[in-house]
Amino acid sequence: MTDKKIRVLIAKPGLDGHDRGAKVVARALRDAGMEVIYTGLRQSPEMIAEAALQEDVNVIGLSILSGAHLVLVPKVIDLVRANGQKEVKVFVGGIIPEEDIPLLTEAGVSAIYGPGTPTTKVVQDIFDTFPSA
Amino acid sequence: MINLDAVTSGNRLALARLLTEVENETQSGVQALDALFVRSGRAHLVGITGAPAKRKSSLVSCLAKHIRDELNNTVAIVAIDPSSPFTGGAILGDRVRMRDLAGDPGVFIRSMASRGELGGLARTTAGVVQVLDAAGFDFILIETVGAGQSEVDIARLAHSTIVVEAPGLGDDIQAIKAGILEIADILVINKADLPGADNTERALRANLDLGYNVRMNHNAAHAVTVTEEEETRSDWTPPVLKTVATQHIGIPEVIEAISRHRDYLKKTGLWAQRDRERLRNEVVHLLQAALVKRWQVKVPSQKFESVLQEVFDRRVSLGAAIDSLINDSYN
Repeated sequence: MTDKKIRVLIAKPGLDGHDRGAKVVARALRDAGMEVIYTGLRQSPEMIAEAALQEDVNVIGLSILSGAHLVLVPKVIDLVRANGQKEVKVFVGGIIPEEDIPLLTEAGVSAIYGPGTPTTKVVQDIFDTFPSA
Repeated sequence: MINLDAVTSGNRLALARLLTEVENETQSGVQALDALFVRSGRAHLVGITGAPAKRKSSLVSCLAKHIRDELNNTVAIVAIDPSSPFTGGAILGDRVRMRDLAGDPGVFIRSMASRGELGGLARTTAGVVQVLDAAGFDFILIETVGAGQSEVDIARLAHSTIVVEAPGLGDDIQAIKAGILEIADILVINKADLPGADNTERALRANLDLGYNVRMNHNAAHAVTVTEEEETRSDWTPPVLKTVATQHIGIPEVIEAISRHRDYLKKTGLWAQRDRERLRNEVVHLLQAALVKRWQVKVPSQKFESVLQEVFDRRVSLGAAIDSLINDSYN
């Protein structure tokens, strides 16, 4: 019997200490039947990429409230791709100014969730991307 | 298909992907396990178990760091957390306490969800460990689900089992109950900077003094598979060690005890014997699963449902239902 699960890494890159949002999303994904690897606060892009590799995740969710997303997010994506994980999806949650969204999308971010996003939206997007994982 | 040479020559992406296949019990995962079996059996498998919130992950992190820095050996960590019985989802949070190991190519950490197993491990943990063993890691540290009293599967898998306690474990009667304390090769009192550490140490030591005779006389009642091993095992008295993992206190002593336990197992022949026991268990386990699968193919689901209905209606007992299901399938 095969028992496939969608594996998601939820990480907080950078130095802000607000992890309520990350935990709410982690919990919602758990309740949707996914396996969520939670790595905690103050992760460097290198740490996140290493964890994503070792855990062989399908999705990485980055929670950032510090404003450093234009530096940290592309760095994470570059490292993940360099590790050979081409198909891993990366989404971002947090306070992202409107004008930065195209830049992140161009860097390879698949979705950006601002304040007020229902968790069901995050869950549904992942299910849509990985229908049978 | 997975490139097994890549796995055994240190390609971490190939290793990570293979572990997923093994965890999902896919065809290629099963084939890889078959192929890698002959290359396994070299690593020292160390189990770390104990109730939730004893800072097991912090301890595992410290042990791994010490093994890297002082012994210069490589370490893989398999950390298991529970799956939700309702949704099948899981939060795997053991890495939060292992950040000191980041960036070290001699360390590989993998989190696993228990996926419905109740013995403190996942069903495929043994397979995951076998792959890491074949990949060449010297030590494999296996951290169980936060365990209560009877999650003792780890003792079947690991060569050396560390049971982690913390001050305030309850009164002496808790210490003499059957179960998790019996499987300890090494007892660690973590958070030993908290009040009550000395009392906990006393209670555990007193229990070990009692335990000696019990093991000698009542082998048959033992929960863990018991063989002649128990006779020889009694000349190993589990050390009781105090640590404060968050401050790296007491770690060298634990590593020293692990090494001493390995020497002891090798000297007495128990190393090979535990390996045989474990493999015997695994064969039985897999045989059961295979037989059930064969049986399921043979019995039409309407038959199964109709027998079930009779049970629901209290017309047929559970035992009689089993009899009829099994007999029909072989007629």
